[in-house]
Amino acid sequence: MVEELVLEFEVRGLDFAAVGEASGSIKRTLQQVGMEASLVRRAAVCAFEVETNIVIHARRGVVRARISPQRVVVEAEDEGPGIPDLELAMQEGYSTAPAYVREMGFGAGMGFSNMRRCSDHMEVSTEVGKGTRVRLVIEVGKA
Amino acid sequence: MSQGGYFHSVRLDLAKCKGCTNCIKRCPVEAIRVREGKARIMEERCIDCGECVRVCPNHAKYVVTDGLERLQDFRCRVALPAPAFYGQFRPDVPPGAVLAALLGAGFDGVFEVAVAAEAVTLATRAYLERGMPRAARPLISSACPAVIRLMQVRFPTLLPHIIPVETPMEIAARLAKEEMARERGVNPREIGAFFITPCAAKVTAAKQPEGSLVSSVDGVLSMSAMYAEVLRRLPDVDLSGELHRSSGMGIGWGAAGGEGRALGTGTVLAVDGIHNVVTVLEEVERGTLSDVDFIEAQACVGGCIGGPLAVQNPFISRVRMRRLVEEYGKRGPGVDEAEVRRRFRQGFFDMVKPIGPRPVLRLDEDVTRAIRKMDRLEKTLARLPGLDCGACGSPTCRALAEDIVRERAFETDCIFQLREHLEELAERMVQLTRIVPPALSRDKAPGGGGGGEPEDRG
Repeated sequence: MVEELVLEFEVRGLDFAAVGEASGSIKRTLQQVGMEASLVRRAAVCAFEVETNIVIHARRGVVRARISPQRVVVEAEDEGPGIPDLELAMQEGYSTAPAYVREMGFGAGMGFSNMRRCSDHMEVSTEVGKGTRVRLVIEVGKA
Repeated sequence: MSQGGYFHSVRLDLAKCKGCTNCIKRCPVEAIRVREGKARIMEERCIDCGECVRVCPNHAKYVVTDGLERLQDFRCRVALPAPAFYGQFRPDVPPGAVLAALLGAGFDGVFEVAVAAEAVTLATRAYLERGMPRAARPLISSACPAVIRLMQVRFPTLLPHIIPVETPMEIAARLAKEEMARERGVNPREIGAFFITPCAAKVTAAKQPEGSLVSSVDGVLSMSAMYAEVLRRLPDVDLSGELHRSSGMGIGWGAAGGEGRALGTGTVLAVDGIHNVVTVLEEVERGTLSDVDFIEAQACVGGCIGGPLAVQNPFISRVRMRRLVEEYGKRGPGVDEAEVRRRFRQGFFDMVKPIGPRPVLRLDEDVTRAIRKMDRLEKTLARLPGLDCGACGSPTCRALAEDIVRERAFETDCIFQLREHLEELAERMVQLTRIVPPALSRDKAPGGGGGGEPEDRG
């Protein structure tokens, strides 16, 4: 008996054309599973933010969604530079995205604050030179 | 008429359908399957966008509209031509001539939907001035009924973004009846308002409205049918009447971008073509469009002039529409702005019924069961070839996997799966033919060559 559905997507760094594919699939799945609209939206924003972070900053990574009747967990792991100063990175508007990325409309420094706004629980662990892991929990039935 | 309690204007002529895969591939909500050699529209999913009407090579898909005999049901009859209607004619045919010719086709009056569009634009400006919660930005126009229905099915989270101002078609019907009742002293109930439509979705919107309880539109006539009626009468129309009141602001609504230009305030994003609309709405859902105030979204490429019931090539009519917009751009709108604002405050333009979702994509009412089905769907999909060939009658391998999970199809509906099964079976058959029953075996030693090994049996 399956109580948890796991979806996993490979995300390649700098592949801007593919941004939104993983989060789009996660969103469609949540809709088909019949999660309520506001949860779908919050989970979609979380998935989109972790997906874009990998594309902007990392070489490659994985975005995962664990879907159960109680909660949706969005996870991301990347092989990237890691975040030297996490507290600074969490600040709204702070971004280390290069100029050309910002010109495309990405990297406005809203990623972490959007994740925080749309999740009930957020964990970030990072190691410089190794990579970053993000875990976002969205509980069912919490607006 | 209406199956499953839902009216649809897009229908299928079974006799003409050859069961090809053109329509199932193009449907933006995957509402069509081919079964027993014929297309089947899933009523609960269809949004009447008319995409399948356009792509069917056999003209098996068609749009149901009312016939001119419907006019006989009313004492007074008023025609409501969509702004796109003007763009169907040659450049030397002014809107006034089109309207005069319409009068000759059995109507007692005409009321331009372009004028109502001007009123809607002014009402929308008044709505925007009220200020709105940031959460509902960018705002999305309510004008295209196919887009509204697409959102109900695929983008339920965005429904609060829809501007709750009624559509030009609806406002035109209300204003036309008021005007006629006033001028002729007849009861509004004796007046029939007939919209001349470029598309299927507007037919559905009139028969089964989403934002109001009941539509003021009494009948919907096909633009291509009315084009012929007008063309016949053009040579001897009387141009002395001042029928044409609309300005470029309202006429422009007939082509993509016109609604946004008429609004003339804020940052407007205009998108046309239902598949393009999907991509833009996905961006809105991700929250990446905070710099856009207003979205004009239209299901047909080119806007209403690209509707499946329009006669003229939309790129040609776009040129004509642009010329009309320039020519009549100088004059003021055909409605009084102070009057529009007064009536807006009274609620005349308000959508009274909230637009709710149509959660037809759900795999199951129960989330736990739906998750199990989703898991089976993913596993089934992994076994399918991923060619999206459509030979099974479902639009994509993913859709077939979904149909299997919903118990509406079998895995062997996939010809590749079937072939593998057949190969396995054929191998089994070959193996079976090699088995020689002991009674026929000439070998002394049991299990000798020529006979089948015992473990081969069964």
